[in-house]
Amino acid sequence: MTQDKSFYARRRNETYWGTSIDDNAKDGYRKVKELAEINQSKIRNFCIIAHIDHGKSTLADRIIEMTGLLTSREMQSQVLDNMELERERGITIKAQTVRIVYKAKDGEEYIFNLIDTPGHVDFNYEVSRSLAACDGAILVVDAAQGVEAQTLANVYLALDHDLDVMPVINKVDLPSAEPERVIEEIEDIIGIEAQDAPRISAKTGLNVEEVLEQIIAKIPAPSGDAKAPLQALIFDSVYDSYKGVIVFCRIKEGSIRKGTPVLMMATGAKAEVVEVGYFGAGQFIPCEELSAGMVGYITASIKNVKDTRVGDTITNAQSPCKEPLPGYKKVNPMVYCGMYPADGAKYPDLRDALEKLQLNDASLQFEPETSVALGFGYRCGFLGLLHLEIIQERLEREYNLDLVTTAPGVVYKVYKTNGEVIELTNPSNLPDPSEIEYMEEPIVKAEIMVTSEYIGAIMDLCQERRGIYEGMEYMEETRAVLRYRLPLNEIIYDFFDALKSRSRGYASFDYELDGYMQSELVKLDILINKEEVDALSFIVHADTAYERGRRMCEKLKEEIPRHLFEIPIQAAIGSKIIARETVRAMRKDVLAKCYGGDITRKKKLLEKQKEGKKRMRQVGNVEIPQKAFMSVLKLDDKK
Amino acid sequence: MKSLEIYVHIPFCVKKCNYCDFLSAPATKEERREYVESLCRQIRSYREASRDYRVVSVFVGGGTPSILEGEQITEIFRAVRETFSIEEGVEITIEMNPGTVSAEKLEAYRAAGINRLSIGLQSADNEELRTLGRIHTFEDFLGTYRMARAAGFGNINVDLISAVPGQTVESFADTLRRTAALSPEHISAYSLIIEEGTPFFALYGDGACGHGGEYPPLPDEDSERQMYYDTKRILGEYGYHRYEISNYAKPGYECRHNLGYWNRTEYLGFGDGAASLMDHRRWVSGGQPEELSREDEMEEFMFLGLRKTAGVSKTAFGKEFGVPVEMVYEKVLADMAGRHLLVQDGDVIRLTERGLDVSNYVMSEFLL
Repeated sequence: MTQDKSFYARRRNETYWGTSIDDNAKDGYRKVKELAEINQSKIRNFCIIAHIDHGKSTLADRIIEMTGLLTSREMQSQVLDNMELERERGITIKAQTVRIVYKAKDGEEYIFNLIDTPGHVDFNYEVSRSLAACDGAILVVDAAQGVEAQTLANVYLALDHDLDVMPVINKVDLPSAEPERVIEEIEDIIGIEAQDAPRISAKTGLNVEEVLEQIIAKIPAPSGDAKAPLQALIFDSVYDSYKGVIVFCRIKEGSIRKGTPVLMMATGAKAEVVEVGYFGAGQFIPCEELSAGMVGYITASIKNVKDTRVGDTITNAQSPCKEPLPGYKKVNPMVYCGMYPADGAKYPDLRDALEKLQLNDASLQFEPETSVALGFGYRCGFLGLLHLEIIQERLEREYNLDLVTTAPGVVYKVYKTNGEVIELTNPSNLPDPSEIEYMEEPIVKAEIMVTSEYIGAIMDLCQERRGIYEGMEYMEETRAVLRYRLPLNEIIYDFFDALKSRSRGYASFDYELDGYMQSELVKLDILINKEEVDALSFIVHADTAYERGRRMCEKLKEEIPRHLFEIPIQAAIGSKIIARETVRAMRKDVLAKCYGGDITRKKKLLEKQKEGKKRMRQVGNVEIPQKAFMSVLKLDDKK
Repeated sequence: MKSLEIYVHIPFCVKKCNYCDFLSAPATKEERREYVESLCRQIRSYREASRDYRVVSVFVGGGTPSILEGEQITEIFRAVRETFSIEEGVEITIEMNPGTVSAEKLEAYRAAGINRLSIGLQSADNEELRTLGRIHTFEDFLGTYRMARAAGFGNINVDLISAVPGQTVESFADTLRRTAALSPEHISAYSLIIEEGTPFFALYGDGACGHGGEYPPLPDEDSERQMYYDTKRILGEYGYHRYEISNYAKPGYECRHNLGYWNRTEYLGFGDGAASLMDHRRWVSGGQPEELSREDEMEEFMFLGLRKTAGVSKTAFGKEFGVPVEMVYEKVLADMAGRHLLVQDGDVIRLTERGLDVSNYVMSEFLL
């Protein structure tokens, strides 16, 4: 689940390479500017969709390069810069939402707006809004790998938005490439015409020209009336400390320019436009006006991204359109965890950092909470585990915070006997069992694509994770799509890793939220030296509680260093102990020799020992290392 | 006049042992000759500094100092005596290993004023000696020991190592008894430390009870502690008392030089890698001195002093730092006493048996 951090991290990055406007726009941009008044028939708004690693970003880079927006030398330096960031963050950073000019073989110049979409299921809603800003999609399929689960999920999503999908077969230069087989697969499985799909190598540039020509031929030009009341879709936004929120939008109807009074129809926020413009490569380029069919940005001294929610409709406050564009919804966090500063004194710093991140990320939520074991911190809500990981990483790297994160959990619905319903995000807040009528947990619909030899192993895995089998279809002789309903809480930890290891990497997986289901859930408490550690409690299905409790105790036994006394580690449901391990008392911690030449070294050793204690959390008499609080995440899949 | 201890380091050995991380290595005759020359120059360069001090002990350590010729030792002591004022009857020790000593060398030691020998035996079990990578057998040791007694040395220490790979509680008890039966005045018994950079580290990792391939496994933790407890008990039967974590002596034969380190007497170290402590500074030969703050010195006073079974004196702390120890360490003292790791007994603060077992833990609490 970690491969696709790129897009998200890039978009949420305040050092985002596009946020500064460069007055010295290069020739390429001027060329774009001259075309600003071009008519709709010369515009193509599209995105590229693909399964992870099928070459989406490489193709985007190649298109940008070949349309002359950046010279190949600039391109290379840009790629190199990104690589540096990539190394620094351990994530990939590549293509952008960008406007490019292409001089076609018919002699005409066209404007392409390439809108990049995040590739991860955590951001499905945001993907759907990005797609809604497009008129067509290029589907990149790896000539060796063929159609994968995400390929399917992305195509269906694109078709849902009435996009014309144009397939491209990539990596035909690989020895294992089988373009003809893959074309057949696309036609059979997805059911779209693919015989004339360009067979390309985005890496070498082979046949990319053909892709550009087909964009003109196959992707429809936008429609919409520039004279109609303004109706623009927000598909992204970033925060800039000078300009406030920069809103990325697609103008569906009407036009927008400096001074236009705007209204965000869902949030009700009002503002006056300060600047409009479009996306150069790596820059925001101001222009006079954006009109129906165009993709660009506006700024309006908006201070909070909460006012410019993705999916909302921008209209003219004085002459509003009749109704907003369809599809807006407020996205709620799916996964929650506690985040605490390792050093309690850094609590205000953590608040500050979370507030700054939230400026760019309306889906990040947090509120203060207190833990007996961990002190003051925040309960934070995320779109998914990847989102959580990215935020955690950014807090640690960009804000230099040392964090203790508790095990992530989903949002449970607790129906109390008095008729009250609680949305439970923190296991510690679970009411007494006597007050609970029943509980519900979130369920996802999962599609797993797997080669036939691993079907058994994957079905076992889904079974273990309390999956409900919904059906299976053979895509071709050797591959099938398995459909399961799975509890979200069973897939947020290590499901993806387990899937990969049991299918030797051949399974691919996609899911979407599919409501709530009543479930037999219990709160599992962990007692260390007979004291309950609130930050280690979690909610688990009654059937798996024993196993989880046992493995949790085993894991904690490894994590907790030996003390001067014996430490029992117990897992309990209510007052019933279901598992126990013991950390043996330390027998010996002594340095046999210490003479004149040893003193400096000996002191360093003692200092290290003392320093180590500082990184521990004191619970009763026991010092618990910070990473132990995340150990529930590492309960390995059965090997 | 202030007291001063002198340490002289001889970094040569016949062959490096499997557990040794000291600065030592085999060397040619020529290298040894040059080393002794430069050592003597280094000692003589302290003529000025020596004025305010009287030397209370000298220790020649290694390596294996007994590798040097008798006359080289004579030369070194000529330099020491010409530079420092050494009182009559102070403890002067040289370390030696079985198989590197002759009657002539012992005679030269006597003539140089050396009055204490420290012999590295390590084990009375020849198999264990092989595992350790020692160059001698127990029988070789017996020969050296008898030769030393015959040469008139009345103060001898024997070094032992416990928790050697393949060692058992029984075999170590046997080593203890066979050593004590010879009645040396002093016995040092160290629990083996697997130091980084030694062959043992590669075999046994970071002190883990692993198996070292063709080498036998390390004794487990319970056996290791048993050996430690047995050391005190068995040597006690032979009239030795433990006065420091790893040191045992017959009454009056505690090693003055080493007590000096734990009592923070000032010392000068000569030779490669030797450490010195003087005027609130510590340095290693040829290196930059480290200034010790008052807090540094309080910490050292405690963690070094607590190595001694007699512990530290509250009066001595107050005299040294002008502040009562309770004021600086009130909380730690109460906490450690409450956990039975330490006792306060009149003027004395000392570790309990359990406190000695986990002394690193206790001592780290005394860091400010």
